[in-house]
Amino acid sequence: MTADWTIEKVADILLDAESNRTDRGRITDEWPGLDLKAGYDAQKVLIERKKADGHTVVGVKLGLTSRAKQKRMGIDSPLTAVITDKMVLEAGVPIVLDQLIHPRVEPEIVFVLGERLEGPGVTAATAMRAVASVHAGLEVIDSRYRDFSFAMPDVVADNASSARFVVGAKSVSPDGLDLALEACVLRINGAVVDTATGAAVQGHPAEALALAANALAARGEAIEAGSIVLTGGITDAVFISDGDEVSVEFTSLGQIVVPVRRSA
Amino acid sequence: MNDIDIAALGGHLHEAYGTRMPVAPLTDAHPDLQLEDAYRIQLHQVERWKNSGRRVSGYKVGLTSLAMQRQLGVDQPDFGHLFSDMIVDGSAVDAAAFISPKIEPEIAFVLKHDLRGPGLSLVDVIGAVDYAIASLEIIDSRVADWKIKLADTIADNASSGAVVLGNRPVRLDVADLGLAGCILTRNGDVVATGAGAAVLGNPLNGVLWLANKLGSLGQTLEEGSVVMAGSITAAVPIAPGDVFTATFAHLGDVRARFTAASEEDAV
Repeated sequence: MTADWTIEKVADILLDAESNRTDRGRITDEWPGLDLKAGYDAQKVLIERKKADGHTVVGVKLGLTSRAKQKRMGIDSPLTAVITDKMVLEAGVPIVLDQLIHPRVEPEIVFVLGERLEGPGVTAATAMRAVASVHAGLEVIDSRYRDFSFAMPDVVADNASSARFVVGAKSVSPDGLDLALEACVLRINGAVVDTATGAAVQGHPAEALALAANALAARGEAIEAGSIVLTGGITDAVFISDGDEVSVEFTSLGQIVVPVRRSA
Repeated sequence: MNDIDIAALGGHLHEAYGTRMPVAPLTDAHPDLQLEDAYRIQLHQVERWKNSGRRVSGYKVGLTSLAMQRQLGVDQPDFGHLFSDMIVDGSAVDAAAFISPKIEPEIAFVLKHDLRGPGLSLVDVIGAVDYAIASLEIIDSRVADWKIKLADTIADNASSGAVVLGNRPVRLDVADLGLAGCILTRNGDVVATGAGAAVLGNPLNGVLWLANKLGSLGQTLEEGSVVMAGSITAAVPIAPGDVFTATFAHLGDVRARFTAASEEDAV
């Protein structure tokens, strides 16, 4: 019944799926009225609900930052989502599978902003001026949709599959870093499963940051000083299993090691 | 497998270079083709090429990533022979010289001492490497449509094609090559990225595996050899007119431009 759908209902269904750890089919199959704008409106409602539930917003994340993924989804810029303090995994704390639906991990380059960044008209060069420090990152994504199968408005409403993230303790100045060539080695239980460089993210993570600032400006928002920015997965996301040890090692940004456990 | 069969299978592959007509997978007709026999088929061709005056300059190591090994259902790399005329100038590579070419960015090593396995360690390899250099490997398959199993690609000289080397030889002490990044672009677009660790955890492990494997076959990895240690990314198909650039941390750039059909017509 198309008439029953509202953006509030979309947000509530996705929040229920997250807390009950159940996946579901695409909402766009049931409600064709869920377009990209409505998706972002639903995301906004979802974040307001999380804030009412005690979450504090700590930054933004970018999704679909590889050109290959964008082509598959028929879009030409990445999507944005909101990250909160309750998604933070502290160093050494395991990813607990029982708290999630079907988590996958991806290494990311993370920025912490020293200045507010507001579009439009932000370029990669001016975006980097706002970056205070660069860190290794590991994001745990967990779609509330079955088999990670979604259309763009679905995944936008689902806060870009956000679940957990780790930011490396090592803080590196952006000056003199070549982030396009900054390499990352993703290992599970010591075996190299993938490698990539920052160029996998929109050509350069600063390009991703600029696109995010400009996209947010179009919706009347800015990235505040002090925000954490997860710039997007630089390898494909990888499934994890109980007992795994996930490690991401970067050329200059250091290493993050995260254990995976079935239960807390 | 008897010598006559080895020579016949090697002969078919050898002929495919001239005709550019690929052959059916050898493992279709010989599902039990042993890896040892596959290397004998490769060596049959190598001997014929040597007899025709070509000179071996080194080796390529293939199937060095977990992804590629899983794809072929194997747990080890393989190797092929590189001849001096396969090391080409990247400014104009004749795309029509290949059957179904693909490109891979690699770290290549040149040796200053012999390595005689088996039983070598990484320490021996580090001591024997003169320099590392950026490279692009053009791989090709004389087996139709790349329908290869491990034995097929071994028999087919590990799907070797040609090699373009960069301009900046560097010593091993400049960096951890496992953490050295690499960006592959095609006509300016990023098509793949990776790090040296994609190659057996560290590209020097490609040289180590090769030296020990050759040693087990009674051969020495000789001083002056070029070793293509293994691909850092998945292979990317090549079309005439394409320009590929691999940019490496510490090792600089290497570029290969493939001649367009129109240029070939003009010749």
